[in-house]
Amino acid sequence: MNRLKLKDLEVSYEGRTVLQVEQAIFERGRIYGIVGPSGAGKSTLLRVMNLLEKPTRGSMQLFGTDVELPSLTYRKGVPIQRKMAFVAQRPSMFQATVFDNVALGLRYRNLDKSTVQKRVEHALGLVELSPLARQRAQTLSGGEAQRIALARALACEPELLLLDEPTASLDPYNISIFERVIQQVNHQQHMTILMITHNLPQAKRLADACLFLHKGRLVELADTHTFFHHPASAELQDFVSGRMIC
Amino acid sequence: MMLTQDVWEVISLSLKVTTSSVLLGMLMGIPFGAFLGLYSFPGKRLIIALIYTCMGLPPVLVGVIVYLLLSRYGPLGSLDLLFSAEAMIIAQVVLVTPILAGLTMAAVHGKERTYWETAKSLGATPLQMMLTIIREARGGIWSGVAAAFGRAISEVGAVMLVGGNIEHHTRVMTTAIILETRTGNFTAGLQLGLVLLAISFLFNSFLMVGMMNQMKSRRR
Ligand SMILES: Nc1ncnc2c1ncn2[C@@H]1O[C@H](COP(=O)(O)OP(=O)(O)OP(=O)(O)O)[C@@H](O)[C@H]1O
Ligand SMILES: [Mg+2]
Repeated sequence: MNRLKLKDLEVSYEGRTVLQVEQAIFERGRIYGIVGPSGAGKSTLLRVMNLLEKPTRGSMQLFGTDVELPSLTYRKGVPIQRKMAFVAQRPSMFQATVFDNVALGLRYRNLDKSTVQKRVEHALGLVELSPLARQRAQTLSGGEAQRIALARALACEPELLLLDEPTASLDPYNISIFERVIQQVNHQQHMTILMITHNLPQAKRLADACLFLHKGRLVELADTHTFFHHPASAELQDFVSGRMIC
Repeated sequence: MMLTQDVWEVISLSLKVTTSSVLLGMLMGIPFGAFLGLYSFPGKRLIIALIYTCMGLPPVLVGVIVYLLLSRYGPLGSLDLLFSAEAMIIAQVVLVTPILAGLTMAAVHGKERTYWETAKSLGATPLQMMLTIIREARGGIWSGVAAAFGRAISEVGAVMLVGGNIEHHTRVMTTAIILETRTGNFTAGLQLGLVLLAISFLFNSFLMVGMMNQMKSRRR
């Protein structure tokens, strides 16, 4: 019930295997950092989990719901999709106000107007952008759009939050807001969070445990202290010490 | 012929037929075009080729086909619709639906994949996702509506054939212009032509203002 489990996952494009995970288990309510060199398959992993990409094989167990991924249809996936939220590295804003963008997921769920209002205001408050509610989302700066995308995901009150390099293009002030919000929802709502980052100090600051992906394989999954101070594999040792180039 | 009651009748029938056919065409063409723009399936290329061909269908040809379908011994003859406003609407729906479907498809297809992924990721059902993308592509879809309206209101071949240009019944602006010109009433023909131009211009201005606003609000 309180576990997220991936099993026997394999993603390939035109015969090339880009991701292969025999098994990965995540505990509810923890923050996981996902690190690894460029092209290792990190985004692919989150996209598969968010049902945006179909693996050739594999299943996911999402807090009590079993999903056979390759055969899952869009329609059948909707209830599973609604348990989680995803923030992409460069989030897309729809041509509407900030408020309507943040409300979108709630409207899809047919929630009543006052609930939508309350949740959107709360989410905007979390990312400290309440004053922008009436602004057109297309006119947001890059950092603001990132925070609004986080608010849009949080408004859905997901059990699982997936973040793809959410702070890669943010300034230190925006990064600190982002990190504080992530810790806050993790504590208060017991939200499980998977976060890709190239920023190792950030992974150390936020994550309870970390994953290392390399060349499409899950090389290591360990609690953060062990991960950084006693890495088991030679690849991770090279990576955390900055020796790995590819 | 000055702007007498007869003329108002002709203008209002023109508007009625054109608006009805564009609305009906939107009802079918927009969802169909959006579907084509979003999903891939076997045979899609063929359907797209067909749509593009149909966007340029000669109105007279459409008129002949609808005429044959609706004529007394045709497959739809029992409906008794030939030489009625409904017949003209049917012919024009055939003319405008491919335009609406084709331009909607292009507009939806032009939206990056990330938009529909975002909608899906936020928990949209397939239908909700399609509606979101249609909304998002509305600028391009409006230009399809403008094109469809322009084609329908200025078209003469199909409405002449299936409507018959019957006074007080199926006479519209374009068929009236032909009649006036043929009977030597060049002034009346020209006046009606100017009204037609004015209506087209007005309609397209509304759409233009809408599209301009859209462009202005878009920074990135
Ligand atoms: N649609 C696709 N078609 C073909 N190859 C793809 C596709 N999507 C991803 N890949 C390949 O899969 C591999 C993993 O990509 P992925 O985006 O998951 O990497 P990543 O770990 O997120 O890298 P980065 O840190 O640079 O974002 C890459 O080699 C990429 O080229
Ligand atoms: Mg990536």
